[in-house]
Amino acid sequence: MEALFGETFTFGDAIFQILGFLVLMWLLKRYALGPVMDMMEKRENHIAEQISSAEKNRQDAEKYLEEQREAIQQARLEAKEIVENTRRMSEQQAEELKAEAKREADRRIEAAIAQINQEKEQAISALREQVSTLSILVASKVIERELDEQEQEKLIQETLKEVGEEL
Amino acid sequence: MGDYYTDPVVYLFGIEWLAFNLANIFMVTVSLTIVFFVLFFMSRTIKMYPSGAQNALEYLIQFIKNIISSAMDWKQGQHFVVLGVTIILYVFVSNMAGIPFEFAQWTDEGKIVWWKSPTADPMLTLSLAAMVILMTHYYGLKLKGPKEYGKDYFRPVFFLFPFKIIEDFSNTITLGMRLYGNVYAKEVLMVMLVGLGTTSVLWGIGAFVPMVVWQVFGTFIGALQAFIFCMLTMVYMSHKVSEDH
Repeated sequence: MEALFGETFTFGDAIFQILGFLVLMWLLKRYALGPVMDMMEKRENHIAEQISSAEKNRQDAEKYLEEQREAIQQARLEAKEIVENTRRMSEQQAEELKAEAKREADRRIEAAIAQINQEKEQAISALREQVSTLSILVASKVIERELDEQEQEKLIQETLKEVGEEL
Repeated sequence: MGDYYTDPVVYLFGIEWLAFNLANIFMVTVSLTIVFFVLFFMSRTIKMYPSGAQNALEYLIQFIKNIISSAMDWKQGQHFVVLGVTIILYVFVSNMAGIPFEFAQWTDEGKIVWWKSPTADPMLTLSLAAMVILMTHYYGLKLKGPKEYGKDYFRPVFFLFPFKIIEDFSNTITLGMRLYGNVYAKEVLMVMLVGLGTTSVLWGIGAFVPMVVWQVFGTFIGALQAFIFCMLTMVYMSHKVSEDH
């Protein structure tokens, strides 16, 4: 012990050093290390927060992108459907119009034919009536005049001519 | 201290066992003050975006955190950051104190060295080591509870109990003596080289280069011993507070 510690065992130094060391630890914690460590922890939390919020934002963005993509896909499909529908409708309409026109035309043609036939019937019946009247007239004239065949023929022709002009 | 120094011893209140070596008291106070003021002025402007001194301080804290993390879980380790920083800086400053110069006073009783490395005194290194070991016991009790703390003396097998007791004392002694031995050797050789250099001009020229080399080596030793002291503190601490062994 003499060789190591010298003439005296200075126990007071030990006490002084330990107390001093403890006081230094307390002072450093209070005035130097504490605030710095607090700030380091705060920064750590801040960074962690930033990272997690960035991660969240990224996920949100991805979600929105996906949604947008879906919406665009949806819109495209809808547009295609609308165009398709429109075309189909217009085609159908055209067909209908065409059919209608054809029907109308047929109807008119039929009506015209019917009218023509009617007119013809009328004309024929009128002609018949005329012919009968004419025959009677001719006959009466023939009887009236009692002419020879030649004159008779001439008379018929005249009468027919008259009638023809009348007709 | 034996052949080289005479200690300026005083007795407080005239009590026999309460002796103070005034040189030690002086150097301890100087070291503590230097550590405090350096850190105090380094941490004056603390900002979210660190710059200058704050960067250096945070680097130091991170360094200590890494030492702690290599020894134990962060759950227990978070209590020891301030202890680690204080130990490494106090020991480092103490080791460095004796490197650039030493002040000595010639008296009738002999040479009183007022300025030297306080860690070149076994009383101071051993008391620092004892404080560390006592702290490990304190935190062992505090963090694990008395029951687990007591059981640890009988783990992994009960007959290791005496060795566990011996371990505490041997740890104290090796921790203190390692630091003391290194720094004292540095001091002694330094004093010898300086003494040699002052004998004559020729020796002064001849001893200059070895002295510079020894100062560089002393700086290296001082830094290394501060690191080792801090690391071993954390290792001993982890033996007492870790739950996984």
